[in-house]
Amino acid sequence: MTPPSTQVLTDGRSARSSDRRPILEIRDLAVDYGYGEDRVHALRGVNLTLHEGEVLGLAGESGCGKSTLVYGATRLLPPPGLISAGEVLYHTEDGETVDLLRLSDADLRAGRWQDIAVVFQGAMNSLNPVYRIGRQLTDAIKAHRPGSTPREREERARELLDMVGIAPERIRSYPHQLSGGMRQRVMIAMALALEPRVLIMDEPTTALDVVMQRQILEQIQDLRDRLGFAVIFITHDVSLLVEVADRIAIMYAGEIVEEASGKQVYKEPRHPYSYGLLHSFPPLHGPRRELQGIPGSPPDLQNLPSGCPFRTRCAHAMPECAEIHPELGPTALGEERRTVACLLHTPGHTVPAELAEHATGR
Amino acid sequence: MSDEALDPAGSGGRADSAGRAGATSRTTTRPVVARDDVVLEAVGLTKHFPLRGLRASGAVHAVDGIDLALRSGQVIALVGESGSGKSTVARLLARLYPQTAGTIRLHGEEVTARRGRAFRRYARRVQMIFQDPFASLNPVHTVRYTLTRAVKIHQKGLSGDELEKALRALLERVQLSPDRFIDKFPHELSGGQRQRVAIARALAADPEVLLADEPISMLDVSIRIGILNLLQDLRDRLGIAILYITHDIASARYFADRTYVMYAGKPVETGDSESVTQTPAHPYTQLLVRSAPDPEDLVSEERSGGRGEPPNMVNPPEGCRFSPRCPFATDLCRTTTPPLLQIGAGREVACWGYASRVEGGTDAIPASAQLPQLGAAAAPVTAAATTTPEVTR
Repeated sequence: MTPPSTQVLTDGRSARSSDRRPILEIRDLAVDYGYGEDRVHALRGVNLTLHEGEVLGLAGESGCGKSTLVYGATRLLPPPGLISAGEVLYHTEDGETVDLLRLSDADLRAGRWQDIAVVFQGAMNSLNPVYRIGRQLTDAIKAHRPGSTPREREERARELLDMVGIAPERIRSYPHQLSGGMRQRVMIAMALALEPRVLIMDEPTTALDVVMQRQILEQIQDLRDRLGFAVIFITHDVSLLVEVADRIAIMYAGEIVEEASGKQVYKEPRHPYSYGLLHSFPPLHGPRRELQGIPGSPPDLQNLPSGCPFRTRCAHAMPECAEIHPELGPTALGEERRTVACLLHTPGHTVPAELAEHATGR
Repeated sequence: MSDEALDPAGSGGRADSAGRAGATSRTTTRPVVARDDVVLEAVGLTKHFPLRGLRASGAVHAVDGIDLALRSGQVIALVGESGSGKSTVARLLARLYPQTAGTIRLHGEEVTARRGRAFRRYARRVQMIFQDPFASLNPVHTVRYTLTRAVKIHQKGLSGDELEKALRALLERVQLSPDRFIDKFPHELSGGQRQRVAIARALAADPEVLLADEPISMLDVSIRIGILNLLQDLRDRLGIAILYITHDIASARYFADRTYVMYAGKPVETGDSESVTQTPAHPYTQLLVRSAPDPEDLVSEERSGGRGEPPNMVNPPEGCRFSPRCPFATDLCRTTTPPLLQIGAGREVACWGYASRVEGGTDAIPASAQLPQLGAAAAPVTAAATTTPEVTR
């Protein structure tokens, strides 16, 4: 068994530059719900790369496929969800590359939790109410490290609780004896039990108060700095993502429509949908402005409009939008390391001023 | 009896889309109220839920003595974390629970209605919107049925064309096109549309007060503002008084004229929304504002400082209930409950840190008591009531 250390993995995050190695590559992933004629294409050819030690944010409205994307990529999708195409490449520590979608069940099982751990949506309620949290914390360790002694496991569980800011004595508590924020932290501690390299968090703070949310976020960032794992952070709250994520991918109707650094997305959105999302929440500081949100309602995946799926809600929709389906590509301003899927950024079109802003002091 | 309402009206009134006329021609008993008059008022409102169980004794102190005044054409926000008692306040005002102590007054008259006709008469004037539109609409009934019931209960004797007109007017008021939505089932609607139907149902009673319990927290980010703008429009056009309950202090700033911040069942700070959010006075409000995600302010490192958790509400802490988490707390805070001190026009804060700067603030305590030093965190105190005018938008 690996010693229960928190120092081992500190090297992962040494460089904050962009030349970090990719750790998880999702390529052309497509997921359908249901079979036959009336199946719904929940994901349509999504490409996404997660680098070592990076926090990648996935944002979008409910039903846009953000949870489907990560559950598909980790093969956790319950029926009738079906992966219809694509590959998910996981780069192991030894430099090997495996395709998670073609892995045998036994290998997949061995890698889960150890390599890729998930904190589920509504994690507060996913603890088993009839077992003490100590037992739930040691369960995964027992399964993956059969050689460990009960004493070692308990030691590790205490250490994990301490790591997420809960007194180790609470190991004997039942879930109902903990507050919502504490239960959430226990879930995070559980996910980190085997020191995974990738941590997937599906709306980890949605059910919490802002004060508690802030505490948990700081905890996650602190742990990431210490342990160097990479995070995929799913939320519908873009303002939160701008704070925590290194890079943000905005999803709409089963596709990624924009991918850029957190700051770029916030200061210089290039896709009309990103712009709309950012102008949907009122600011706490600064001038008060009239807000409109995005007209219309989130897309119905069963009958999407032709061409660009966003065009029916888009303020800049053109006749071509109904015909051509936009692909992720460079922005019209030729910026590096960001992509957008919008016809406005293809040759022969002028980008409206609000989607071509340049933040000062970059 | 409801089936009767369902069928013939549908075809009859369809061509007529002059919906607004139907709404105004209704016989309403609503008194003519000038804007900014107090419509619904709570004084010393208190609710304790007794603990149940074999060996249990005591009570959950959900709300402890809150004073609140809802004025026509004004939005009041009640902000606080979950468990702070804000939803209980709404339910008390809607008369869904009896209060333990305190009085509720509607236009100055004490409300005692609990059930039957008196309660229905009260409900006609004070309506509630719930948090979860997925749960508050019956999934087996169409929009038409849901609204028809509300209209029939609150406006007796409408039928046929008149009823149809009223239904259409309601849908138009919440910006849903009647032709598209009236025969839909809740599952065919998106969250925002459902919430609009729920609002339309509340409007069927032609209420003077809307109690909105987290009306947008279950909705997608992109459509939340739409619902807030709709409520704002109802406030402006119909002069409805709105109580807006939320945990999102930024939306309170955007939407509400006045904000009340609650902590552990007690109000800790009140004032016009702009000053409460921009210069928060109470340490708890300051923590709330600091904790809210703020993409503008990515650099500041010392954001948090928020440790600890809300107190146990069965045995709430003595004195100021925030004192166990407060960085400034002194012995005084831990023993004596601070009163609401007026620190500006319409601004009150329950914190001993302002006592020395407010006239008469230290009267009730021994001279030897040590007041907390808020230092740079303290909000400015404006003595006279002339400086900040009441915000009216």
